[in-house]
Amino acid sequence: MAAETEPLLRTRRLNAWFGGTRVLRNVTLDFADCSVTAVIGPSGCGKSTLLRCLNRMHETAPGANVEGDVFLGPTSIYKGDLNAIAVRRHIGMVFQRPTPFPTMSIRDNVAAGLRIRIGAGPSKKETDEIVETALERAGLWNEVKDRLRESAMGLSGGQQQRLCIARALATRPTVILLDEPTASLDPLSTQTIEELVHELKQTIAVVIVTHNMQQAARVSDRTAFMLAGEMIEAAPTSSLFTNPRDSRTEDYVTGRFG
Amino acid sequence: MLGMTYAAAMIATLPLLFIIFHLLRQGAAFIRPSFFTEMPKPVGEAGGGMANAIVGTLILIATASVVGLPVGIGAGLYLADRRGNLLATVVRFLSDVLNGLPSIVLGIFAWEFLVRPFGGFSALAGGVALGAMMIPLVTRTTEEMIRLVPVSLREAALALGYTRWRTSVSIVLRTALPGIVTGALVAIARIAGETAPLLFTALGNQFWSTSLHEPIAALPLQIFSYAISPYDTAHAQAWAGALVLIAIVLIISLIAKYATRGRHDGGGD
Repeated sequence: MAAETEPLLRTRRLNAWFGGTRVLRNVTLDFADCSVTAVIGPSGCGKSTLLRCLNRMHETAPGANVEGDVFLGPTSIYKGDLNAIAVRRHIGMVFQRPTPFPTMSIRDNVAAGLRIRIGAGPSKKETDEIVETALERAGLWNEVKDRLRESAMGLSGGQQQRLCIARALATRPTVILLDEPTASLDPLSTQTIEELVHELKQTIAVVIVTHNMQQAARVSDRTAFMLAGEMIEAAPTSSLFTNPRDSRTEDYVTGRFG
Repeated sequence: MLGMTYAAAMIATLPLLFIIFHLLRQGAAFIRPSFFTEMPKPVGEAGGGMANAIVGTLILIATASVVGLPVGIGAGLYLADRRGNLLATVVRFLSDVLNGLPSIVLGIFAWEFLVRPFGGFSALAGGVALGAMMIPLVTRTTEEMIRLVPVSLREAALALGYTRWRTSVSIVLRTALPGIVTGALVAIARIAGETAPLLFTALGNQFWSTSLHEPIAALPLQIFSYAISPYDTAHAQAWAGALVLIAIVLIISLIAKYATRGRHDGGGD
């Protein structure tokens, strides 16, 4: 399953800047469908920026700039017909800290991305079904089904993070980007999220940025190692960790720096 | 040290308690339904009400809000969005200066630009003067409330495919709204009792008027003119008027407090 012939998401000579600082250098990387790709590297290596270039979130930062290209299937997300809004609906994203919308109920949080414009979107009944499916997929349905109308702020940190995953899944993306999704969670919640990642890759492509190498080893099929904005090495996870080709990768995975 | 701060805390509440107690003692007896429904009696005669001044104050508050809230909230949104740029820094500084400006100066300003050119005192001029006083208060609270909304919420909305505009309105503004409403109510409570800016603008009116183009009665002005008159009956009305005014301010403050509490409860739908 992990060995798709054609990768779903591809970056080609991707460069990114924050003002005058170049944070990505000619990154070319493939992400397969129905598999988990982990991006690891020390702090400031550009792994989060890479992730944010994949759904055009990087360009929302002041002074940010992108060159090169990213393809979703055959379509360029920068130069093709998709605008940034459409790209972000196809490629969902979950952040380091849970970000439920505090003014919305649990249900409305999950449904938040369904309406593209005010007044355009699925009916109430369809919305309820989509919300249920998304919460099921995020493994949260049984915990919240009796309090869908309550504020999302009453949930625990781990539940809030799964709520954010459900919210990202509700628009039926083909790729989901996880930016250190367990960095702010306790070990048990972390385990729940990691199990969820296994479930998610049955249906969509998952890209996970993590500074936790054990996590990368546990959840991913392929791992990419980045250093100072460059893609050093990308390989099946087991071979990257046990038999790295590049000495810098070896230094990092054996804990000599980072 | 703790004892001294405790004493200071007690003394801080004393003026308000003293004022409320005194007002109740002097004015409560004269608050009857007729006080709210009847017009003032001719000078020296007992009884009568302040219906015109109560309505006048409400009209002035409404006019001030129409002027002050959109400008204040709009400016606050701008400052929150462009926190570092030169214009924002200048606007923020000037808004603090305006906030510290003696209110009588605003009254003179309004007289110069809204009374003299149009040849007469008017409710509109009074409302604009009060509205100008609201602007800096509303601007700064709006800015602060927007800034309290975490950037991560903004990002989350953008990542869901929200446009910038919709993110600002339905996530950022919506999240900050209870705080902004509270700020607006505090500003309204602050201007409701202002007298100085009205002296040159709304002027006061012994008769019933709801026109924006005529001089209009207002509680603080009515209290002032009754209080400086030599008649005991007028003094009684002034006490009662002061009590009503302070009640209006207290009610607005309580609503403001309630609106803030909703914020901490999360307030689902």
